Amino acid sequence: MTTPAAPVAPAAESAPAESWRGVAAEDTEQLDHAAGLKVQARSRALLRSLLRPRMARVWFALALVVLENLSRLSGPLIIAVAIDTGIPAAVKGDPTVLAWCVAGYAFSGIASAVLFAGFTRTSGRIGQDVVLDLRQRIFRHAQGLSLSFHESYTSGRVISRQTSDIDALAELLESGVDDLLASVLSIVGITALLLWLDLPLAAVMLVMAVPLVFVARWFLRRSNQTYRATSGRVAKVIMQFVETMNGMRAVQAFRREPRNESILDALNSGYREANRDALKVVAQFTMGVRMIGNISLAVVLAVGAYRVAGGTLELGVLTAFTLYLRRFYEPLDDIAMFANSYSSATAALEKISGLLEEEPDVREPEHPTALPRQSRGGRSVEFVRTEFRYRADTPVVLPTFDLTVPAGQTVALVGPTGAGKSTIAKLVARFYDPTTGAVLLDGIDLSALSDVDLRRAVVMVTQENFLFSGSVAENIALGKPSATRAEIEAATRAVGGHDFVCALPEGYDTDVRKRGGRLSAGQRQVIAFARAFLADPAVLVLDEATSSLDVPTEQIVQRALESVLADRTALIIAHRLSTVLIADRVLVVDDGRIVEDGAPADLIEDSGRFAALHAAWRDSLV
Amino acid sequence: MDRATTLGAIRRLSPYLRPVRGRLIGSAAAVLASMVCGLAIPVVIQQILDGPVAARDTGPLPWLVLAVAALGAGEALMFYLRRRLIAGPSTLVEARMRADLYAHLQRLPISFHDRWQSGQLLSRAMSDLTTVRHFVAFSGIFLVVNSITLVLGMGLMFVLSPVLGVVTLVCALPLVLISSLYESQYAVLTRRAQDQVGDLATTVEESVLGIRVLKAFGRGAHLGKRFAAQARELRATELQKVRRLAVLWAAIIVLPEAGIAAQLLFGTFGIVDGSMSVGTVVAGITVASYLRWPTDSIGWLLAEANKVATAVTRYWEVRDAPVTITDPAAPRPLPASGVGAVLFDGVRFAHPGSDDEVLRGVDLAVRPGETVALVGPTGSGKSTLTGLVPRLADVTGGRVSVDGVDVRELALADLRTVVAMAFEEPVLFSASVRENVALGAPGVSDEQVRVALRIAQAEDFVDRLPWGLDTRIGEEGLSLSGGQRQRLALARAVVGAPKVLVLDDPLSALDVHTEAEVEHALRSVLAGVTAIVVAHRPSTVQLADRVAMLDGGRIVAVGTHSQLLAENPDYRALLSTSDDDRAEVGS
Repeated sequence: MTTPAAPVAPAAESAPAESWRGVAAEDTEQLDHAAGLKVQARSRALLRSLLRPRMARVWFALALVVLENLSRLSGPLIIAVAIDTGIPAAVKGDPTVLAWCVAGYAFSGIASAVLFAGFTRTSGRIGQDVVLDLRQRIFRHAQGLSLSFHESYTSGRVISRQTSDIDALAELLESGVDDLLASVLSIVGITALLLWLDLPLAAVMLVMAVPLVFVARWFLRRSNQTYRATSGRVAKVIMQFVETMNGMRAVQAFRREPRNESILDALNSGYREANRDALKVVAQFTMGVRMIGNISLAVVLAVGAYRVAGGTLELGVLTAFTLYLRRFYEPLDDIAMFANSYSSATAALEKISGLLEEEPDVREPEHPTALPRQSRGGRSVEFVRTEFRYRADTPVVLPTFDLTVPAGQTVALVGPTGAGKSTIAKLVARFYDPTTGAVLLDGIDLSALSDVDLRRAVVMVTQENFLFSGSVAENIALGKPSATRAEIEAATRAVGGHDFVCALPEGYDTDVRKRGGRLSAGQRQVIAFARAFLADPAVLVLDEATSSLDVPTEQIVQRALESVLADRTALIIAHRLSTVLIADRVLVVDDGRIVEDGAPADLIEDSGRFAALHAAWRDSLV
Repeated sequence: MDRATTLGAIRRLSPYLRPVRGRLIGSAAAVLASMVCGLAIPVVIQQILDGPVAARDTGPLPWLVLAVAALGAGEALMFYLRRRLIAGPSTLVEARMRADLYAHLQRLPISFHDRWQSGQLLSRAMSDLTTVRHFVAFSGIFLVVNSITLVLGMGLMFVLSPVLGVVTLVCALPLVLISSLYESQYAVLTRRAQDQVGDLATTVEESVLGIRVLKAFGRGAHLGKRFAAQARELRATELQKVRRLAVLWAAIIVLPEAGIAAQLLFGTFGIVDGSMSVGTVVAGITVASYLRWPTDSIGWLLAEANKVATAVTRYWEVRDAPVTITDPAAPRPLPASGVGAVLFDGVRFAHPGSDDEVLRGVDLAVRPGETVALVGPTGSGKSTLTGLVPRLADVTGGRVSVDGVDVRELALADLRTVVAMAFEEPVLFSASVRENVALGAPGVSDEQVRVALRIAQAEDFVDRLPWGLDTRIGEEGLSLSGGQRQRLALARAVVGAPKVLVLDDPLSALDVHTEAEVEHALRSVLAGVTAIVVAHRPSTVQLADRVAMLDGGRIVAVGTHSQLLAENPDYRALLSTSDDDRAEVGS
């Protein structure tokens, strides 16, 4: 456990209404400006790397949307031509121009439709591909990161990277980008057209549009603030919700419902207020934009009408102007929508890129050394000048030590809690790398092995027996995905689980339900054992793996162990003397050091700690 | 989902909409008013073009321009009002629905929670309700208003020129047809995507929570394949949605444009033969452009209506789940002289939806102040039996009573005050240590929390935490070791000074030293309360005055540990083998 350098008085850290939440180290963290810039650069780099493989498609989508906008913008222009040139000509008896105008307008409509459909499909494809790519990257990366990372980052945060953050990005890609591109193009296009149609009138319109810049700036700043508020508050609501659902037994048994409801009420109202404020900001913005748009329409109309009346402007040009003006202001509302999804997507990208930037402490070598073929009887495990501490700023857990476990030997680790037994076990399974020195498997450094070889050779079973959704058989087959049903059953039989599995409604095909909720803790542990036996590793590491078993099941597992362990290397941490006594060798660990080492019978005859423990427990027998 | 069920589903929003209907109507009125202003602007523009401009008479021009400005300002104000009015109600509906869902979920039995993935519940509480908020704030109102606008606009068009009206109508009808056809296809895809998102979230959750197992077996890639397959399925569904959308958008763009082209055709030829004025044609085209959004949006709005119907249906799937464990109509009070006698009388239990009885007539009397250890082979239903006392589940036959009163006749709050539990797997919330121990029970003082921590041998380590009782622990706080977690859960069980303590093998995660310490402390607590302790180790059994053995769904033997060891061969097999095997090594 880490102790923050400067504990702060809780009252200063959290508002009274939230005092139940307590204080955590991260509350005291702050992101400085330089770090903020780095984060932005990092998320831009991520975005580039996601888009780079699909640049051809991105350019294609851009071309489609530009063409689509050109085609769409030509509409009012054609109408202007029809009124100014087509009608007078038709009145004079020549309908050709008019006919062309009608055909042209219809064609531009069809072209816009086809182009936009094409754009929707292309950009949809890009968006979905980016999301899929990113999902897989996050998944693989999170799986590759070491346990020490997962222990400090917490599961909730990894899960929200994959769910709400991805959703935010998907939303932006799905509609936001289309809208923004279309809006920007249409604003630029319309401006250009109006300038070309009639310079003075366009100048009037552009001057009128100056306040827009200020309104937009105000809005972007405010919407960024409201976005921060909503996203921070929704996270708290989600956290409260998930924790309640996962701890429902305790919630109900301890009547926490009313308390929970008042907590959720507070969080929920906070979230609601943030949403309401966000809506109000949008309300003010759209009013501002629409007001500016409509007033400039009136002004343009006035100026235009006097000029048409004075004969210095064509009627058709004025008509086109009034049509374009409304189109000019319409996309601005879409930009309001875009601002929000952009803020949330940027924040999401920042968090995702932060996760992807994490380097695994324990990494797979680029050029792994192949593990020699296994001779019968397991593999040797050797610690060479090994020292371990969890982090550079934490104390040494295991001072430098050497230890050789010959192939086929079963070693029991004994010692008080916190002595470092589990740490030794985790080093063998390469959940961590030693700080100095090395752990060798058949003479090869674990860190030089490929993950496939390592996991094939070394399997660790802990007292946490996580079951995945799916059937009993699927959960056991995790030990060896290619296993046949017969192999699965044989492994289960070997650990004494066959009978209870068969008694389940659908036997091996029974769904274990959420986290194995259908099974008792003992049953889950049996399944975890079956999994390990099926995996058939050369080195088996058992960390308190029998703690939830009842005595008869444990006996069966133990008998199975004795035969299974005969031709493999094993490291066992167990409470029970019976388990320890099947070992060839016992290591007594205290304060990170191996203080006794020998065959159980020899140690009992000595006058050391193991002998004392053994005697004490013998005396305590009923 | 067909139209009737869509409407039916949306109708289920009404209890939440009714209290805010005033503002909803106000907001819809504001939209309508803004539309009317918007529609009126082209009419005035027509007056300007046909009147002063055509006649080269600038006299009435200032008034008409002022009218355009006033209408424009009105439109902008109404834009503001619409959102301003809806901001409160739409977020209120969302928040209320979420609070009610949460309250309901907290009352649903554990058997419900065992069946439902928390990801599925979360997506109902969050994304489905966000959909509802969007619907109330935007799509719902626009669905109503745009329909009205369409009718009004059409009317205006017919008034301007019947020919132009007919042309517009002919082009708008197929659009509505295509939209509603598309709506039904899209709804299916939307539901599929929503469910796939839920499945994907479940895999993500498992990949993170089960990371140790995945690492130990090197199966990250194995689960990764499942994840990739699910993600690809979701992508395929989303792409299908995109393809449907593309077609719809094409129709939405092309049909109104065709309408305008036709207007241009008929209009300009009308001008040529003198049956129409330029102003009429321009106004017609402007009105038609104005009607594009209401027409275009119909398809999208129907899709939104569908989406919200799916969301509401998913929401009510949970809200409609019956709360099977409820307070009785007329709860009986616990006898004031209650001492905590627990009686299992012919208790039978089968999991919901299963005919297989786990418990087949359990008879057991736990005397006041006594500690009974419950032992039995793995999967014999020990945890199930203990869960019946605080009514985490209800018996399917027989009865469980506390101080002579059937637990189902007590108010739940009363029952769960006298009965406290600790579970095999300690559950900690991301909150302060104090909150985790007191769990928000009113009137628990710091002193009481400390006493409970002391009993559970947890005070020392809590004092060593950086902020003591205020330190945040649990998922988003400091992570504690298994033994520390379990000791906090034990402290939680004893903090309210319950009369009955149910401990579901709470010592399994503790190492032998800590277990001995906790046991030592518990012994003094257990002296004052009735306790049922699920045990599978001799050391735990030794805490008990008597031991009851559960097998085959019945209590097959009751007695002291040494009696049973001496007399019952099955018990011996369960808890003892040879002398050596009975021992445990200090670790």
